[in-house]
Amino acid sequence: MKDDILEQVAGWRAEGRKVALATVVATWGSSPRPVGSQMAVDDAGSMIGSVSGGCIEGAVVHEARKTMEDGEPRMISFGVSNEMAWEVGLACGGRVQVYVEAVE
Amino acid sequence: MKRDITERLLAARKAGRPVALVTDLGTGLQTLVYEDAIQGGFGLEDDLLEEVRERLRQDRSGLVSDLEEDEDGVQLFVQTHNPPLRLLVVGAVHIAQALAPLAALTGYAVTVIDPRGSFATESRFPGVSLHDSWPDEALTDLKIDNRTAVVTLTHDPKLDDPALLVALRSPAFYVGSLGSKRTHIKRLERLKEQGVTDAELARIHAPVGLDIGAVTPAEIALSVMAQITAVRRKAGAA
Repeated sequence: MKDDILEQVAGWRAEGRKVALATVVATWGSSPRPVGSQMAVDDAGSMIGSVSGGCIEGAVVHEARKTMEDGEPRMISFGVSNEMAWEVGLACGGRVQVYVEAVE
Repeated sequence: MKRDITERLLAARKAGRPVALVTDLGTGLQTLVYEDAIQGGFGLEDDLLEEVRERLRQDRSGLVSDLEEDEDGVQLFVQTHNPPLRLLVVGAVHIAQALAPLAALTGYAVTVIDPRGSFATESRFPGVSLHDSWPDEALTDLKIDNRTAVVTLTHDPKLDDPALLVALRSPAFYVGSLGSKRTHIKRLERLKEQGVTDAELARIHAPVGLDIGAVTPAEIALSVMAQITAVRRKAGAA
């Protein structure tokens, strides 16, 4: 499925939309999607792909919007024990680190 | 991701050329690493470059770090982009009609091979790549590599045996063959007479598929896809 995401991203960019790409760069314990899993978000809120079983996609969209605005990449961590920035936990008890970048 | 990186990445994928996208998580800069070239925002030391290429060969995305500068060291993320896995199905039979879409959903590029004209038709296999040459010729043309699985489904020694002769001497990561235990014993005898070694014969998964009590074509297709997945992911069950 990851194979369709970049093509979709390129399509969105060609239409002039802003796009952010999120990639799972590390996981610990049980996590629903392996390292390398991606999702892309556009400025209208359209979404393709996934970085979890649906637990954290909402929070990733929120960060992706910021990245689309300022162009800065972001690293975000999710996990049951992480209460610093995120209330969002993973029901499976795993931890996952997601890198969000803007697509020029 | 800079525009030229995106464009080159898409071009490599379209050409079926393996490439790794390496991102410096500190700066956001990115470089593309091919099997024989490197192109982009930064260079890599030889040992890091080799580590990235090893990941590309193993199709394993993940973090690598520059050990020499451990504390403030550079952390790199490697995203591998390899051509799709392939499933080559010999026999455009009913089970193949269920297996083709299931394999496509699992991420495989599927080719169905059957020289019998009324079997391998577009209407029976919409959107699937079809080959109507003899199985051994077709499999040779298709250049089996270690990201290829081969399954024979015809039951017919005229078609299955030549296919197996090619598949068993190829780097295919999976070879499966439909047929009962008795059918398989006879098959092994025939192939042995043709000079196939015991080690080569041991590569055949037969009766094909995981034992999930499958009965219908769709269930058999599911058991085959489950077994191919287990072999690829090196699970114990296969």
